[in-house]
This record gives sequence, structure tokens and C-alpha cells, in this order.
Amino acid sequence: MANIAVRDRAAFATTSRPRGSAREFFRQKSTVAFFFTLPLILLIAILVIYPAFYSVYLAMLSKRMDRFVGWSNFTFLFTRETFWMVVKQSCIFAITAVIFKAIIGFIVAHLVHAIPNEGQRKWRGMLLVPWVIPPALSTLAWLWLFDPSYSAFNYVIVALGGDPIPWTGHALWARFSVILVNIWIGAPFFMIMYLAALKSVPAELYEVAAIDGATWLQKLWYITLPMMRNIIAITTLFSLIVTFANFDIVRILTAGGPIDQTHVFATWAFKLGIEGGDIPLGASISLFMVPILTVAAIFILRDINKRGERI
Amino acid sequence: MANMKLTRRRFLQTTAVASTFVAAPFVRDANAAGSLSVGFWDHWVPGGNKATEEIARAWADKEKIDLKIDFITSQGNKNLLTIAAEAQAKSGHDIFAFPTWWPQQHAESLEPVDDLMKQLIEQNGNVNGTVEYLGRAKGRWLAVPATNGSQIKGPCSRIDLMKQHAGIDVQAMYPAGSAPKAENWNFDTFLKAAEACHKAGVPFGIGLGQTTDSVDTAGAIFQSFDAHLVDKNGKVTVKSDNVRKAMEYYKKLAAVLPPDAPAWDDASNNKWLVSGRGALIMNPPSAWAVAKRDAPQIAEQCWTHGMPSGPAGRFAPFLPYFWGIWNFSKNKPAAKSLLLALSTHDAIGKMVAASGGYDLPAYEKLTTLKTWAEEGPPKGTLYHYPNPHNHQTLSIAAAPAPPAIAFQIYTQAVQTKMVARHLQGEGLERTLAWAESEVEGFMRG
Repeated sequence: MANIAVRDRAAFATTSRPRGSAREFFRQKSTVAFFFTLPLILLIAILVIYPAFYSVYLAMLSKRMDRFVGWSNFTFLFTRETFWMVVKQSCIFAITAVIFKAIIGFIVAHLVHAIPNEGQRKWRGMLLVPWVIPPALSTLAWLWLFDPSYSAFNYVIVALGGDPIPWTGHALWARFSVILVNIWIGAPFFMIMYLAALKSVPAELYEVAAIDGATWLQKLWYITLPMMRNIIAITTLFSLIVTFANFDIVRILTAGGPIDQTHVFATWAFKLGIEGGDIPLGASISLFMVPILTVAAIFILRDINKRGERI
Repeated sequence: MANMKLTRRRFLQTTAVASTFVAAPFVRDANAAGSLSVGFWDHWVPGGNKATEEIARAWADKEKIDLKIDFITSQGNKNLLTIAAEAQAKSGHDIFAFPTWWPQQHAESLEPVDDLMKQLIEQNGNVNGTVEYLGRAKGRWLAVPATNGSQIKGPCSRIDLMKQHAGIDVQAMYPAGSAPKAENWNFDTFLKAAEACHKAGVPFGIGLGQTTDSVDTAGAIFQSFDAHLVDKNGKVTVKSDNVRKAMEYYKKLAAVLPPDAPAWDDASNNKWLVSGRGALIMNPPSAWAVAKRDAPQIAEQCWTHGMPSGPAGRFAPFLPYFWGIWNFSKNKPAAKSLLLALSTHDAIGKMVAASGGYDLPAYEKLTTLKTWAEEGPPKGTLYHYPNPHNHQTLSIAAAPAPPAIAFQIYTQAVQTKMVARHLQGEGLERTLAWAESEVEGFMRG
């Protein structure tokens, strides 16, 4: 309704006053739309764009922040063993977590979809709990479960006759722990997105496939997956960005230890930038996420665009 | 000449102004009036902020200053984030409580306090070398050592377990009210005791993680072996015989520490003591204070005492806080006046009492306050905490390297990482090469 009203007024203005004027300008649909979005644009400019450019500026300063050093901080990082370890760990963390979140979300979405509608709501609600609890809080609970000396898991394992596991004391287990917690928190998001996508697949397609004698695997491969492909791509991209930039889980659970073996970009940037007082180096580390995520975004969005054109 | 006549009114005015000058030497111009904003460290001892607030408010009432106080927690590094933000914005509090290394980090943004330190040293006695190392740069004092939050992280032993399993009477070694008799308390004895307690199922609770408690202990042990990663001139000395000796010793010690020590944080050793699982931890009396509340039967067996000695001497980790004045402060005279008020003998005594003996003044005349002698149970458990007999050298890990480099060695926990790497099977030379590369990276300008 609003669109029509605006357009009509704009059309009236154009016919009655052929020459452009400020009033005409402010009555144009695009101008009105711009003013409606202006608060958001300002918010993004202040909270996202300005800090982004400011971090680029910071990354080009010396350690004491008293002179411009160009790309030195970046080239310095390339010479550090820990930096390459963090790159490797960030990739392992993000890729493994996203793959498992996607698989678990996909399976659980199908299970929930199979539940009759009247019982589905409570399952959806319960399964979303890990996602709606603030991650810092739920990670604290996980920290107590994984505590080096008083782990509840170890208590059970030892009671069953096993040896305690160094959940956060050994690199392999510590990486497993942070990935596990990330999956636990993030899988419900995939589940709810996939469930929405599943509900939008026309039932007739499955009925026709059933008449043609398609197996469940064929239905999954030829109907479900192609119909969900865009949602899968968008969800994966979104989750990859969020997981790559994750801070709270690693920070609370392991603080990057043992021996830096669970640091990801954000936690290492904090360690060096804030705790270590080297803000330019911290800014440089955090900016390394940008090219990696840009490449991922280009590939995934290009695939979605291609598919859109084909349709 | 007629104007120079001394009337009764003029005499009273002059006397009043002169008294003000004497009583408050820094609050003496028009700028002194107005407001002052202070960011104190938020104490984790319940009631620990009370004395500081009372002293500051009383000063503000007397000086007619509109005082705004914020207690800023170090949980989640909120205080560090605030320091970074204020330094960037060149705006914020007038006075801020800077943790150990931070005055050096912001040396260019802090108002020199040489005048205050001269007066305070005359009043309270000299400060230890670590305070000078951390609080001075280019011959000027950057900040005033704060009582709140300053601490020594020496051993807190279980009297019963040390006696039973290691044959060591810590109370006899460090008797309440008199000088230590700790000639035999060295790192060999310490290792034997650690092995005995480990064998008995109550290992020493010393972390090998990347947080300050672990780093401080490692720093003290390295210093006891005269093992420095970087010397005071900035020369990298990682591959020295003393560093190798310290590493060899630490590997033996680490073998009898809890197996999860590389994952410990600053809470782990507290929990270790309070749960009754260990015979010794390295911590200020906060762990004992928690035990007093949650496990009184364990608190009754705790005794805080000095560090063992090594070939190069006896070193105890000391972490001072500092009160610094930002150079963008609009009320520097008032800020200086407040810092003087917070550093009197009475004020410090009140702060120490409010913190249950946790807080430590940095001045040599103030290590025998009655709080430490009287706190208990057991009575006298904190007597040796403030190093009253100057029995050990108070030090900070990574000193005497130039502070900018030492700060990086400290915050990146290079020493504990070296031990953890070596403990996990990495060859000593490979570990040293890694540490050398890390330290060289810290030289970046």
C-alpha cells in the first residue's frame, strides 16, 4: 500500500511539475526508501565500516603506534611459526565444525520433519535450546565438564574403569573439545534452516517419484538436495564466516592452549593485541580472516547465482 | 604602600591559603577544584574495595572535589580493554589502576610522578627493584605503586601434608613473628618434597599453562638458576647453559606435577588447594581465604611462606599494580593529591586489612602491618607473606630484559610453553630454537 501511495504521488508530481524540484526529489520512491534505510546505513557505517577501515589503519602502524610501517606487520606474521599454526587451526576448526554442523543439522531436520505436525513444535523448541543460550554461558558449562582436574566426563569414565582424558590438556583432545562445543551450539541453526527448506519442497514431487519407483536415496539425491541447495550454500557460508571469526568458545574453554594449539584468528589477535599490548599486530591478525572468507563467499555466492540464472 | 598594611582580615586570608598549601601541596590552583574520575581495580576479595572508596571519598570531601569512582574488573580483561580504549581516545579517567606491565606500555601517555615518588619514598621507605623496573622509564617515575592488587605469589603449603609426606615442618622453617630458618629450603629439597607428595597422591599444584600464575612460578625458577631468555641489554640468551639447567630442573619437577598442568589457568591451583588434593600451590593468600570460607579444615593447615632458593638466589614472584595519571587528565594536581592520600601509612593499613592481608604495599617500611601477624587460622599464617625479613628477592618473570621485550615474553608465556613443549617430548635444542625465534620476534619495533 505504501509503495502504491508513494508511486502515485510521485507520478502526480511529475505530471503537474515537469521541472525537478526538492519536493519531487523527496517524493521519489528511491529517496523515501533511502531515508527509511538511513538509520541502518548509519549504524553499519559507525559500527562496521568505520572500525573496519580503522583496523586497516591500525594494522599499518608500528608496535608503539607512533609511525606508519605499511605492510610490515603482515610480512612479519608470515615469518612466525605460531601464525601458520593458527591459520591451520582456524581452517581445521571452521571446516570440521561446519561440516559436522551441516550433517547433524540435515539428519535432525529430516527426523523432525518426519514427526507429525502436532508434536513437532516441542521438538523444534527443545532442539533450538543450545543455539539460543548465550554461547559464553553454555561454554562455561562445557568448561566444567572438561575441567582439567574435575571433569564430570572423566568422573564417569574413571567410574567405568577407563583412564581420564586430558580434554583441554592435550592438543588433539583440546581441538576436539572446542570443535564439539561449536557443533553443539551451531547445529540447531542448520537444523532449523534445513527444516524450513524441507517444508518448502512440494510434496507432489515425492509422490511422483514414489509412483516412478524411486528409492529414498534417489528421492534425497534428485529432489531434496537440489531443492535445498541454495539454503545449504547460504547456511554454510554464513556459518563458515561466524565459525571462522569465533572467539568465545576457544577463549573460555582453552584460552588458546595448550601451547597455542587451539588458537584461532580472533583469540590470537586478542592475545597479542589486547593482552600483549601490540594492537597493530592484533589488528593485522584479525584482518587475515577477510581474504579467506572473501574467497569462500565468492565461490559459494557464484554457485548460487549460476543456479538462479539456470532456473 | 598603604595596600601593604596587614589587617586582621588579610592575615586570616593569608593564613588560610598558606595552610591549604601545606596540607595539600598539589591542590593549589584554580584547576584543583572541579571533578576527578578514577578507575580502580575491582578487588576480588569481598569488601576489598571498601577501604579504598572510603579513603578516596574522605579526601574528596576535604578537598571539595567532585569524585567519580569506577571499580573495573580484571575478569575478562575488562581493565585492559578500558586502558586500550582510553589510551586510543585520549579521554576517560584521570587516574587508572594499571596492572604490572601496563605503565611501561603507556609510558608516553602517563604524567610523570617523580615528585610524588620522592615524597612517598621518604615517607614509606624504598621500593623494591621490581617496582622500579616496572614503574620507571627513561629516569622518570611513570606511576605510583598501588596497594590494591599488588601481590607475592609464593608457596602456600599444607602443614600436615608437607610434614607427613616430605618431612618438612613449614612452620618451623618460617616461624610466625620471627626470621625464617630456611637455609635448607632450596630447589633440591623442593623437588624431593614434590616427588614425595606426588608419590603420596597429593602433588604440588603448579600450573604449566599460559596464565599469570604459571608464568610467575616459571619466572622465579628461571631466575633462581640465573636463566634469562634476554639479558638486560636486550641480547637474546636463550641458548645458554643456565637456561638449559633451568629446563632440565623444570622437566624433573613437571614430571611430578598433576598431568593436566599444561591446561591449568589461574583458578586451577586455587581449586587444587581448596579441594584438598595437593600439598602446595604458588599463590597469594586468596586461595587460603577461599578455603577459610569453603573448607575451614583445610585453611587451618595452610601456611604461606618463602620460595626455595636456587644457585643464583631466592626469588619470589611479585606483581605490583600501579596508579597512573593519564597525561590527558584535566585535573592533575587533584590526581596527585589523591594518590598521596591513598599512600599514607594509615590508608595502606586500612587497605591491607580490608583485603584480609592480600594487598601488599611496595614500600620497605610497610611489611610488618598487624594484619599479617594476626590473620588466621592458623594464627601467623600470613606473617611471611609480605617478605618482612627481606629474605627473598622480589622479582617478575622475564626481568631483567628491557621491559618492552620482557612484557611479550611474559604475556606470551614463553617460559611455560618451553617447559610444556619439552615435557611433551620435544628435544631440548628444538625447544630452545623455538624460544629463540619467538623472542627474536619480540624485538620488532
